[in-house]
Order: sequence, then C-alpha cells, then structure tokens
Amino acid sequence: MSDFILGGKKFKSRLLIGTGKFPQKETITKAIKSSESGIITLALRRVDLQSVEENILSYIPDDMTLLPNTSGARNATEAIRIAHLSEAMGCGNWIKIEVISDQKYLLPDNEETLKATRILVKEGFVVLPYISPDLMTAKKLVDAGAAAVMPLGSPIGSNRGIRTKELSQIIINEIDIPVIIDAGIGAPSDAAMVMEMGADAVLVNTAIASAENPDKMAEAFKLAVQAGRIAFISKLGAKSKFANPSSPLTGFLNS
Amino acid sequence: MVVNGKKLHFETQISVVELLVHLNLNDTRIVVELNKKILPKTQFTNTILTDSDEIEIVGFVGGG
Repeated sequence: MSDFILGGKKFKSRLLIGTGKFPQKETITKAIKSSESGIITLALRRVDLQSVEENILSYIPDDMTLLPNTSGARNATEAIRIAHLSEAMGCGNWIKIEVISDQKYLLPDNEETLKATRILVKEGFVVLPYISPDLMTAKKLVDAGAAAVMPLGSPIGSNRGIRTKELSQIIINEIDIPVIIDAGIGAPSDAAMVMEMGADAVLVNTAIASAENPDKMAEAFKLAVQAGRIAFISKLGAKSKFANPSSPLTGFLNS
Repeated sequence: MVVNGKKLHFETQISVVELLVHLNLNDTRIVVELNKKILPKTQFTNTILTDSDEIEIVGFVGGG
C-alpha cells in the first residue's frame, strides 16, 4: 500500500493515535504497538508540583513522531504560545492547532485557528489544524501552508461517529493536502468509512482509550484503516436502486 | 516567587537548576517560562531567581 506522506515524512500507517484518557499509562505503550501508528498526539500542561508522576514520554517509543496539540488555547495568541513551549521541549516542530472557546461541544474556532496557522507556518512549524469541516476555511489553510487539515467527525471524545459526512466528503474531494478526520470516531467501522470516502488518515483517541481492551481495540482500528484505504484505492462499485442479480437469472434446470 | 501559580519562598538565592532539584523535576522533560518568556535549558544554571519572578514549568501529558 502507498506510503502516507505528511509534513515531509513518510509513514506506513494512516492511523494517528492520541494519548489522553487511558486508565493506565502502561496501556498506552501496548496500544501504540498494536495500532502500528507512527504519529502520536500529546498535550502540554503545567507540571503538577504535588504529585510528580512518571512522564508520558516514558511510555512512547522513541521512533514515533510526536504531534503536540494546543489544547487549552482559547485564541490564536494562546495557541502560538503553546506551540513555542512545545517546540522548546526539543521533540520536533509539529503542532496540532486546537483553538476552543466553546466548552459544551468543544468545537474549534476556525478563524483563530487560521490566524495561528499563518503565523506558525511562517515560523517553520509543521502545522496540522483541527477544524469544523468548512471548505473555505480548509482552502485558506492550504494557502497558509498547513501540512494537513483535520476536520472533525463529531464532538471530541463523544464516540458519536461521523456526523459530518457530507461536509467532510467535500473537503476530501476539493483539498489537495492530506485530510485527516479527527474527533468523534467511535468505532473501527467509522474509521473504515472515512477511509473508503478517501480521507488520507484518521486520528483516534477516546475510542481506543475508553475501550474495555484498548490494546485489541487499537489493533481493530489498524485493520479498519487498512481495509478502508484498500477499498478506496480499489474504487467501490456503482450503487443502484433495484436488485442486480449476482447469479444467472435463468431457472435452475430450464431456461 | 510564584511557581505554577503557587507562592514559594526561599531563604537563600536559588538558580533555576536548584529550583528544579528542589521540586524533584527532571529538566529534560520540562520547559520553563520565566516571566512569560521561555528560558533556554542552557541558561538554567546561571539564571538566579528573585522573589518577584513568575515561573511556569510545563510538560507533556496525555492528549488527543
């Protein structure tokens, strides 16, 4: 299967995974392995001075590409500040822009996201913006030099699946940079569906982390993403309103 | 000084490295912001903190 090229790097896997909400950090390492993913997201927060626990980086294999997000940012300025702090960690210059001021649905602010993208691309970051699926925003992000666009399937952590199918399909059809469907993917079948639609990759976190067996669920997502991709490349057959027999229509013995 | 929103007071002068040791933090896995500006790791040893400084220490956590 063709490699996935993102931010100038080649990846075998089209599944990106998140590290939030895992009940035990040890599970993250196992899930990463089972997923065979090459890109993993993280968040940046104040260190808790009361309980110094083992750093998340200890659970992530060294060969993974880290994609820190700007979660917690409410506007472009805050997102840029978080991007700078992430870069100073010395783990690369990739950044997933996430600008959110709506706490109920955690829907992204496309305008502030675009603003932050323009500035961070100029500063040399590999920028992956998380957006509501709006074609015009996606086009402007392409012009701004984003490495990908990441339209949402449904609200973050909701496991509700792809509720933005029509709009996501338009973005997939019209945008030439990688389109990574992010957020809300609740089951491997959701991931397979968007891959069949022609999405370049998917980002999954909650569906794996909240499964009873995250390790096996990561494997299920790996297979679903592969199946969806192969189906897309193989081009689905045409749909029709009525039946088309798969077997000859003649009677069993007489014609 | 204020470290991650919490007031801390030291009797003697203290460098950033000494603060991190005091807080039991591994300096390879954190970033320090001193008065809203990122402090390069190379300056941890020779940066002496004063009582009016505001320090943010951040690190990676799980996220999607």
